[in-house]
Amino acid sequence: MIMPGLYHILFISAALFFIGVYGFFTRRNLITMLMSIELILNSVNLNFIAFNKYVWPNKLDGLFFTLFVIAIAAAEAATAIAIIINLYRSHQSIDVENAQDLKY
Amino acid sequence: MNEYLTIMKSELVLTAILFLLLFVKLGSRWKNESTLLMIQLLLLLNFLSGFFFNQNGSLFGGMFHTSALIVFQKNILSLAVYLISLLFADWLKKHEHLTEFFILMLSALLGMFFLLSSGNLLMFFLSLELATIPVAAMANFDLDKKISSESAMKMILSSAFSSGILLFGISLIYGATGTISFAELPALLNGSPLQILAFVFLFTAFAFKLSIVPFHFWTADVYEGAPMATTAFLSVVSKGSVAFIFISTLYTVFKPMDAIWYNMLMILSIATMIMGNLFALRQQSIKRFLAFSSIAQVGFILVGISSNSPEGLSSVIYFVLIYVFSNLAAFGVAAVISSRTGKERIDDYKGLYQTNPFLCWVMALALFSLAGIPPTAGFFGKLFLLTAGASRANYLFIGIAALNMIVSLYYYLRVIRSMFMEKNETPIGKIKPDMSTTLGLIICSAGVVLVGLLSWIYDYIVKLV
Repeated sequence: MIMPGLYHILFISAALFFIGVYGFFTRRNLITMLMSIELILNSVNLNFIAFNKYVWPNKLDGLFFTLFVIAIAAAEAATAIAIIINLYRSHQSIDVENAQDLKY
Repeated sequence: MNEYLTIMKSELVLTAILFLLLFVKLGSRWKNESTLLMIQLLLLLNFLSGFFFNQNGSLFGGMFHTSALIVFQKNILSLAVYLISLLFADWLKKHEHLTEFFILMLSALLGMFFLLSSGNLLMFFLSLELATIPVAAMANFDLDKKISSESAMKMILSSAFSSGILLFGISLIYGATGTISFAELPALLNGSPLQILAFVFLFTAFAFKLSIVPFHFWTADVYEGAPMATTAFLSVVSKGSVAFIFISTLYTVFKPMDAIWYNMLMILSIATMIMGNLFALRQQSIKRFLAFSSIAQVGFILVGISSNSPEGLSSVIYFVLIYVFSNLAAFGVAAVISSRTGKERIDDYKGLYQTNPFLCWVMALALFSLAGIPPTAGFFGKLFLLTAGASRANYLFIGIAALNMIVSLYYYLRVIRSMFMEKNETPIGKIKPDMSTTLGLIICSAGVVLVGLLSWIYDYIVKLV
């Protein structure tokens, strides 16, 4: 039985980060893109917690940062969903391919 | 107790105004004209209050700090917001949600104030979010236009993505050094690979906010789709505040990594200037044109930042001050024309001089200043930026920047030519801007001329640095 250490958690969080980035660039549905961003933010939370537990056990900065990241993620999602609802009203779709009026 | 009042004075004044506006929104049945007049007065008071009772110091264990220089930067931002409330009166008066627009704008400004004063990466991140999320909502304020909601969508997605990258960088910095305080970080940075990776992530997030090439794709779309007041806020206030905090982070926190970020800045600056200029050449919409011109201007700001010297800091602040006046004047004229006639293409401006000489002269002054032609302040701004950048003795870099200024002359003069020289059968009719817009345009034109001629302004900034 291997106990999970710092490197395991860092591996998971890096993988989560890049899955989020991949999803953000490939998905065409706005809600799914928003979920990808949540994945990125959660990978950051994992990072902070892991660093706090394994590397800097006598500090609290990482834990507090995680709390604030969760709060900000909620605020961001609320604004984004309000904007997406408005986009749905005007475009009748939440597919980014249909919102292409602005081009160089 | 007294200390809290004076050190956080700018933020407290702004918060008081925000609360007042919330009550006005809830309680009153005032007409838009009188509400707007009250807001303009409040913003003028906010700007003037920046000059009194300033005290240096830090609060909350170093999380919040302020100095004469930071107060000066905040004053520039307050001035810009006051000018926005004057210049876009035409559009604002017609909007049914006028008060909400200002509530969002002032929340973003509050975020920028905290951003400039932040002494800690947590504070930095929170205030950066406070400074960007309301702007995305502001981009959606032309509620019945399709492009407005599209631009808001692009803005919120790209800013959320960039804040994700920023956070990942911060988490790596925390892992590598064990601290998130700006005061403790410089001593712990030793250029290990993990720290460099973290720095690259942070730099990318800044590049997103400043719309540095290759992270500029959202800029032109958001600028074109958003209402003109939001575009002006985004391109002047938002960009100025991020430039200020970017330069102070690089110069104080990441000073030990100077050799690394100089090369990054140089390459990105050249790419930004060239791409901004090349795309600006072929634009037909005035908003997209100003968007790409602002990207090119950021390239010049990076030249100044790359010097890593006090001259770099003072020249960037001076340039942002000039940029506030000149860019707001250009946006102001475009907004008056757009809200009265709905025309936003450069071709529509043909023959404008026959009908509206005043607007034409203001626009010409602003564009001359953006291009950097001598009697206007823009020339001095660019001169100091390039002189500061030249202190690194990398003359090839400065030469490329100077050549880019010549390219930019072409497209700025193209607009001036179509206003003054080209004929048009159906020119835009005579427009009489209302009092506050005229006042704003006069302040901006005076600023464009006087900031360059009055040398004590630059001397004052140098003394503060």
